[in-house]
Amino acid sequence: MATVTASSGDATGARRGWYKRNEIALTPWLFLIPGILFFAVYVIIPIFQSVWISFHEWDGLGTMEWVGTANYERLLTDDRKFDVSFWNNVRWLFLYLLAIPAGLFIALFLNQTVFGIRLYKSLFFFPFVISQVVVGLVFSWFYLPREGLLNALLAVFGMGPVNILGDPNLATYGIIAAGLWPQTAYCMILYLTGLNAVDPEQVEAARLDGAKGWKMLWYVILPQLKPATFIAFVVTIIGALRSFDLISVMTNGGPFGSTRVLSFYMFEESLSEFGFRMGYGAAIAVVLFFLMLFFIAYFLYSMWRDEKGAR
Amino acid sequence: MFPKPIENRSRGAQIGYQALLPLALIFWLLPLIAVALFSIKPDADFTNGNYWGLPSSFEMFTNYGKVFFESDMPRYMINSFLITVPTVLGAIALSSMTGFALGVYKFNGNLLIFFMFIAGNFVPFQILMVPVRDLTVNLNLYDTKTGLILFHIAFQTGFCTLFMRNFIRQLPYELIEAARVEGVAEWRIFWFVVLPLMKPALAALAVLIFTFIWNDYFWAVVLTQGPDAQPVTAGITSFNSQFRAAYHLMSAGSIVAALPPVLMFFLMQKHFIAGLTLGAVK
Amino acid sequence: MNRTLKASVLGVAALGLMSTSALALEGTLRIISDMSNPAPRAVMEGLAAEFDEMHPDLTVELEIVDREAWKTQIRNALSANPPDVVNWYAANRMLPYVNAGLFMDVSDLWDEPEFAALASTEGAMTIDGKQWGVPYTYYQWGVYYREDIFNELGLSEPATWEEELANCQAILDSGRKCYTIGTKFLWTAGGWFDYINSRTNGYDFHIALARGEVEWTDPRVRQTFENWRQLIDMGAFIDDHQTYSWQEALPFILEGEATAYLMGNFAVAAMRDGGLDDSMLDFYQFPVINPNVDFAEDAPTDTFHIASGAQNVEAAKEFLRFVTSPDVQTRINGGDALGQLPVNANSSVADDEFIQQGFEMLSNNAGGGIMQFFDRDFPAEMASVGMEGLQEFMVFPDNLDDILERLEDARQRIYE
Repeated sequence: MATVTASSGDATGARRGWYKRNEIALTPWLFLIPGILFFAVYVIIPIFQSVWISFHEWDGLGTMEWVGTANYERLLTDDRKFDVSFWNNVRWLFLYLLAIPAGLFIALFLNQTVFGIRLYKSLFFFPFVISQVVVGLVFSWFYLPREGLLNALLAVFGMGPVNILGDPNLATYGIIAAGLWPQTAYCMILYLTGLNAVDPEQVEAARLDGAKGWKMLWYVILPQLKPATFIAFVVTIIGALRSFDLISVMTNGGPFGSTRVLSFYMFEESLSEFGFRMGYGAAIAVVLFFLMLFFIAYFLYSMWRDEKGAR
Repeated sequence: MFPKPIENRSRGAQIGYQALLPLALIFWLLPLIAVALFSIKPDADFTNGNYWGLPSSFEMFTNYGKVFFESDMPRYMINSFLITVPTVLGAIALSSMTGFALGVYKFNGNLLIFFMFIAGNFVPFQILMVPVRDLTVNLNLYDTKTGLILFHIAFQTGFCTLFMRNFIRQLPYELIEAARVEGVAEWRIFWFVVLPLMKPALAALAVLIFTFIWNDYFWAVVLTQGPDAQPVTAGITSFNSQFRAAYHLMSAGSIVAALPPVLMFFLMQKHFIAGLTLGAVK
Repeated sequence: MNRTLKASVLGVAALGLMSTSALALEGTLRIISDMSNPAPRAVMEGLAAEFDEMHPDLTVELEIVDREAWKTQIRNALSANPPDVVNWYAANRMLPYVNAGLFMDVSDLWDEPEFAALASTEGAMTIDGKQWGVPYTYYQWGVYYREDIFNELGLSEPATWEEELANCQAILDSGRKCYTIGTKFLWTAGGWFDYINSRTNGYDFHIALARGEVEWTDPRVRQTFENWRQLIDMGAFIDDHQTYSWQEALPFILEGEATAYLMGNFAVAAMRDGGLDDSMLDFYQFPVINPNVDFAEDAPTDTFHIASGAQNVEAAKEFLRFVTSPDVQTRINGGDALGQLPVNANSSVADDEFIQQGFEMLSNNAGGGIMQFFDRDFPAEMASVGMEGLQEFMVFPDNLDDILERLEDARQRIYE
């Protein structure tokens, strides 16, 4: 009995000692476990599950039926909705980037020290804080063909009424414009902070050398704003590919499906009234994921480069 | 400073700039001003086609009263709070730990795990949708606030870790080394040395996550339905169907739904902006 | 004979069960309803409250969700954490949920003697010889028009397509539009197609098309679109209808900018709310296009179902008995409530101009047959693709060839 007690006491002591000896190596893992566990269960593993599901036909209830690449084949060869969605995504990607120069422009405009400028800055930032659902509603009323403020304004200039959200050729642009509103505000804030960090001595030196206006902006200011531009680029691209709320609220994919994007189409297929096409939806999501992966890889690569430099 | 400070310019330019500011602001916020105007107009103005003139009477209390007392709006608002606040707490708790681990310690796979968090944070929601919905259903958490909260915590941990880790990196490392030399246990270093220094980061993250989660719509639609669990972003569609074509009420409802993050932003502006820029820009 | 006997035996058994269960109902009864418009919402809230009061030990939890949103939410709701009772629609529209095993077989209810009074709707609730829900209301479709404007212009209710076109021309000449419509949620365009197609080609052809037995590129289908196009080319419909919901299209008729609305009778409540009294509003049956085919009418049936995963089946069944009982049917379909037609033969039809006209029309003047509505007669996926095409046609009639080809592709994929 006594020996057992003694040895167990020894064991605890040894264990404590072992922990103590390896504390530096063990602690980070103990701190990481809950976060990693959560993240793995809800984010990392589902990515692989989605890829797996995309090779099946599955209604979300019964058994999954392996169909190989059939979903992808239909998607890429014989699905008009997919084509429309894909090209709309491309439009979103390019036009959404306008938020970056627009944000820079407003930031430069507001980068002064006059009375009340702080309030102005925060009011300009305002649209970003509002949910996209409300932004969507606000803009769809703004665009209303008869009642909307846009047409009331156009009428002042003698221009005819346009029904932006009812015109399949314009609707997507109308939604993108609504999306640019908060996104521009976001980029503006990034640049305003960036401008604070601009080195005044360099600006002064350049000014003495006779640089001003565009030249100053291009050769002196923008290089110093590179980190801000980088972040603005990343968040804008992600925002463009994530566009869902605005479309769902403003047009619900219409008129006649002309404003669908991949994220919306995927949602529609997977949770549609006439049956859960989980497999097909997953295939769309995988395509979207690979589009995004391109940018994620770029972002990670530049972070990795910075990390290397930092050490 | 760039552009040239306005006080070094001519008097005319200064006055012009001061005058341009409010005009630009009104133009920028025009859609929002329109909605605010709608929300205090009486019903009659819409049937009479008086959309853009002055309101024929100010019906602020009638319209907003309807939102608060004759619809499910208050329930949706409460749901939003009950979802948002636990998510903020959970995500911050998890990520201050992961951030600490990744920011302070050097070990194999540190960068790899860090990058995993970042990459996951950028993933399109849709690739998670089917499995996450399935998992939530299997856990019997579909259409519950808990189901939504758990997912939000997990997903936000990605972004928060990025933020926390970079913040901790900027802290003076000597403090930690000094504590170690004195033999302070690692977890005590976290609790008594690092955490107090992270207060600004915690505050910034709290405001940011609050806005993100409050404004979430996609997951609310995927994981919940109806006024029992749905937050206000999703609830507003049902509010709008109740008052379809009643623009004054829909406007009032939208403004109410948008208010909490707006208040949060104005109260905690410094932290909010610091958060947005600090997290990503090293 | 055998079946009747069995039914009556079962009926007696059920009756016995009923009288005891009426006392014994307890727990909670969860209902998700899509009756989100103001008048139906009040009816549903009243029903839930009343049922709750009738059964002291039972708590009724009612969730009302947006009617348009419900169409995409229902499957989710039924498969994850299902409630006990839900709203839906009859006929083909419930097929996917029956096939997926999400609705409960309620044939035993239909075997109870009280349900004999619902016989006229039994067919619409039957799939594979079993019943999957109960109806609570149905309503006619037809043309609601501004009587005062017709009088002002000296027009009378048209009986033929030529008169319809002539009326419309006169209305257009007076600076108004003939029809208001809001196609944002697509189904309103389906109503127009139902009527023009069934008036052009007859009920049997229409149903054959719905069953996927006819090609969309068939010349008879094209004839339907050609007739429709006459109105579109005249500019008969309001502009920008693809932007409006049906409610948002109401102001056009309320303010007299358009004179008529092809709609279901549920719109009457909204139009009365909007200030049209019975001297200003009237109703006519959609006119004849092809004299060789009989009238077929849209009269959709709205329903209650029990989810197959229901927790409180007893209470759910009792609720279904409750909503179909003659007395409740009379009350909820009254002119001051839903303003629609009761499904129970022992209920009385409300003394209301429009409900009476509709009842008369459906009883005596719908020899061709009763259609459930485009999105209920066609399989759900075909309906969704189809209505998108119909909406496009109404805005860009020149795209017809492309649209029909697309629908034909969809047909070949969906019905295989």
